[in-house]
Amino acid sequence: MGEEQLLQEKIQQICASPGASNFGDVLVVGGGISGIQAALDLATAGFKVYMVEKAPSIGGHMAQLDKTFPTNDCSM
Amino acid sequence: MQYPDVFNQEISLNKAVHIYFPQAIPLVAYIDESCLYLKENKCQICVGVCKNNAIDLKQAPVTKDLNVGAVILAAGFEPYDPKVRAEYHYGEFQNVITSMDFERLLSSTGPYSGEILRTSDKKHPHKLAWIQCVGSRQVIEGGNSYCSAVCCTYAQKHVILTKDHDADAECTIFHNDIRSYGKDFERFYDRTNNLPGVRFIRSYTSIVKEDPVTKNVTIRYSTPDDGVKEEEFDMVVLSIGLNPPVGAQETAQKFGIELTAHQYCKLNPANPMETNRRGIFVSGGFQGPIDIPESVFSASGAGSQIGELLDYRRGKLSIERVYPEERDVSAEEPRIGVFVCHCGANIGRVVNVPDTVEYCKTLPYVVHAQEQLFSCATNSAKEITDVTKEKGLNRVVVAACSLRTLEPLFRDTVREAGINQYYFEMPNIREHNSWVHSKEKEVATEKARDLIRMGVARACSLEALQEFELPVNKAALVVGGGVAGMSCSLSIANQGHEVYLLEKDSDLGGITRRVHSTLDGMDVQEYLQDLKRKIYQHPLIHVYTNAVITDATGYVGNFVTTVKSSRGVAEIKHGAAVIAIGADLSTPDEYLYGEDDRVMTHLELEERIHAGDEKVANAESVVMIQCVGCRNEDRNYCSRICCSESIKNALKLKEINPEMDIYILFRDVRTYGLKEDYYREAASKDIRFIRYEENDKPVVEPGESDEGKPVLKVTVTDFVLGNKIELDADVLALAAAIVPSEETNKLAGQFKVVLSPDGFFKEAHVKLRPVEFNTEGVYLCGLAHYPKFLQETINQAYGAAGRVLTLLSHDIVIASGSVCQVDEKKCMGCGACASVCTYGSLAVQETRQGKKVTVNPVLCKGCGLCNAKCPTGAIQLKHFTDDQITSQIDAMVAE
Ligand SMILES: Cc1cc2nc3c(=O)[nH]c(=O)nc-3n(C[C@H](O)[C@H](O)[C@H](O)COP(=O)(O)OP(=O)(O)OC[C@H]3O[C@@H](n4cnc5c(N)ncnc54)[C@H](O)[C@@H]3O)c2cc1C
Ligand code: SF4
Ligand code: SF4
Repeated sequence: MGEEQLLQEKIQQICASPGASNFGDVLVVGGGISGIQAALDLATAGFKVYMVEKAPSIGGHMAQLDKTFPTNDCSM
Repeated sequence: MQYPDVFNQEISLNKAVHIYFPQAIPLVAYIDESCLYLKENKCQICVGVCKNNAIDLKQAPVTKDLNVGAVILAAGFEPYDPKVRAEYHYGEFQNVITSMDFERLLSSTGPYSGEILRTSDKKHPHKLAWIQCVGSRQVIEGGNSYCSAVCCTYAQKHVILTKDHDADAECTIFHNDIRSYGKDFERFYDRTNNLPGVRFIRSYTSIVKEDPVTKNVTIRYSTPDDGVKEEEFDMVVLSIGLNPPVGAQETAQKFGIELTAHQYCKLNPANPMETNRRGIFVSGGFQGPIDIPESVFSASGAGSQIGELLDYRRGKLSIERVYPEERDVSAEEPRIGVFVCHCGANIGRVVNVPDTVEYCKTLPYVVHAQEQLFSCATNSAKEITDVTKEKGLNRVVVAACSLRTLEPLFRDTVREAGINQYYFEMPNIREHNSWVHSKEKEVATEKARDLIRMGVARACSLEALQEFELPVNKAALVVGGGVAGMSCSLSIANQGHEVYLLEKDSDLGGITRRVHSTLDGMDVQEYLQDLKRKIYQHPLIHVYTNAVITDATGYVGNFVTTVKSSRGVAEIKHGAAVIAIGADLSTPDEYLYGEDDRVMTHLELEERIHAGDEKVANAESVVMIQCVGCRNEDRNYCSRICCSESIKNALKLKEINPEMDIYILFRDVRTYGLKEDYYREAASKDIRFIRYEENDKPVVEPGESDEGKPVLKVTVTDFVLGNKIELDADVLALAAAIVPSEETNKLAGQFKVVLSPDGFFKEAHVKLRPVEFNTEGVYLCGLAHYPKFLQETINQAYGAAGRVLTLLSHDIVIASGSVCQVDEKKCMGCGACASVCTYGSLAVQETRQGKKVTVNPVLCKGCGLCNAKCPTGAIQLKHFTDDQITSQIDAMVAE
């Protein structure tokens, strides 16, 4: 318990420090459908997420698809 | 200057400074490497033109240090490049294109705005061919030995869409096995196959030549009936496979993770989202060749595992959104603002947007109208908020695209302006207009006016509605104690939530108790024991065995389920429910099963091999028949795992006795994805694969071998040799279908969830919400959803846990304000409405005025079914009242 409290305090300190903008919970590498879903879930569940994507937009290959099987609805 | 557009597969051209694609996020222009200034230090025209001084050609990459607690590698895949093999003539013959190119041709934002045109002459191809397995399932230089798992089904999609574009198009698919292994894939295949002018030809092919004048492409192939043939096509689509992501090795090095021989991320078979480094997870295409639904639930799954790891700091860094206070405008006269979206060129190219805006200004109560390039872009949304505040608007109409996808976003922008979010209306002038009338610009512009006029009329009669805040009970109920239910429970409990795990049997483990190994060599029983131990030891997990649900009531965040079990009767309160009840193995009613003890199911064979059964070990010849009890009219689906199950058994038997004769009688070998390697191994170990067709099934009879030994005589037509062959079998194993659990219907009724045509549980959305139901707060994983492998089950179970946590990590949940209300004066208490409500939100109650219906607003989903049933119009759906709808109709017919 003591250890956990220490950890909590430490985190709060880091969050409050000037460098806090660089401090996050999770890094998601790749902004395709998988990365996007992971980021959304984690953010909804209370975490701060950074996403890096090497292309100029997120969306990955799914964004390039017209419709998707097996329902053939629009992939946008 | 124009350069090949990478997003459009370099089919069309774009400029050095451009927007990546119309719906790009972030939606900002950028400059790519083809820029003259960056290359040769000249030009700079853009700098002068940009009114906002947004162009900074000296911008240099910056390095940022980020401190995080965990990482998800979701680097995806890279489409196979057929240029590496000259025989495909890709890049050489103009009308040989890849499936990725074809996706762009189909797309309305594609190179020809959604028209399928040939590169060579910009004409519509009439005769198209698809070549399957390009770059996949081949052990050659530059190819992948594995199966890419998505190309069979996407090619079928291409055919369906091609026929949508041109009903007379002739489509031919040259394929190897058709791997329709996923949920609804078999029906999708049938649907494609039954279209007129569509041929599926099982043959190897080669691309022979290009006609120098017509640029048509000739393909050589062979059929059992006609031998080798050549045929000319207007366009040939290469169904390219999936490669690991570019830079996989570099990523692996940077993050200190291991890769497989195929350069995908090396997974822990017992936890496929885990890499060899703690805190680093993997999801999506980097796990191996998988489709979108699996990329989605492996993502939620990886998320859940991070939740376990970082639970102690949840909420510490995230910021709560605060909205301005809502202005009461109910007494004001409507002041409507109309925003007409160009959607890049999607709407603007067809509809005359500036004219439409002018028209809007003439409509009653409209005090502001303007155009926007992309209303959904962050800056445009901000503009809507700002204008609403500045001009004191109390109704907002955005004429753009699909309300289903973007309404939440725009409601949010309205809220930001201090207006009730239900004062928002969204006429769809894209899907309902510019996309379908792309060639009739004037008519489309007129229709846009009509749609907007209707929208404005409705906006006038909209009312402010309040959403409900419901408390969330922090516990979860998991129904089913198999691997899916246990993994899901564990992940939820590890994030600090109480879990009630119900198992109808006397022991946990489900069907996995009968499985002993996987193709990749995992010891399943050891894994299972370990998992069970973790469940029983977890202080937050309460296991109920011999459990039967007798009653289930409540709604998202607040369920109450009554359970009878070895612990007696209990009433469990929980915020979320997970259905993980697995599936059953069918009992074959053919091939002498149950009549002759040499005939067994594939699972019984596995058990016997494991138990060291002598009859099996000493068999000279084993025959396996695939697709027993499915892929037929009654059960039109593939059980997905049985091809690999049989190959696993066959390889085990070969280990015991390499001399054993093993025959696998199949319809298609569906060892999709990385399992293909085991199919190849089996073939190399002399396990014989013989294909049969549904209408010419094998025949099994007791008989004698030439040496006088009693055997089972299996007769099957060999399509390659074209004759009947007779096999002697000491053991016959049947790949029995996996069927929905017998509990399915009962449970579906109790939790008010629905089933797919095949009788498995139906998820809310195949791709976007694959592990939850439309009934909020109820989730799904494992075989209850569809047959799948252990690894896939684990992926999905963690995925469901991840989704459960997006609910349970909050104290409240918001329910829509658009629910039904009853006008008691009109209600006669007939209950017609209550009988059609799938969600059980209506009840007839005795009042002083007689029987009346009451609405439980938190259960109402706003589907409106009851409205249509009510004979007196007493029940109305808020936000879709008769007044609101008639005002729209009146506006439509007014002019
Ligand atoms: C022609 C074709 C048609 C298809 N049709 C369908 C279909 O109809 N239905 C279906 O279910 N599936 C279909 N698929 C499969 C589907 O595209 C994939 O399952 C899905 O897109 C995988 O999503 P992902 O997020 O894992 O990967 P990706 O979409 O590949 O996303 C990965 C992202 O990560 C980025 N990235 C990679 N490395 C790095 C790095 N080091 N740093 C930062 N960013 C990085 C990439 O730029 C990319 O944006 C099809 C595939 C093809 C080729
Ligand atoms: S068999 Fe596999 S590799 Fe070949 S086209 Fe079908 S899914 Fe793709
Ligand atoms: S044996 Fe099973 S996996 Fe193979 S094709 Fe038949 S139903 Fe599908």
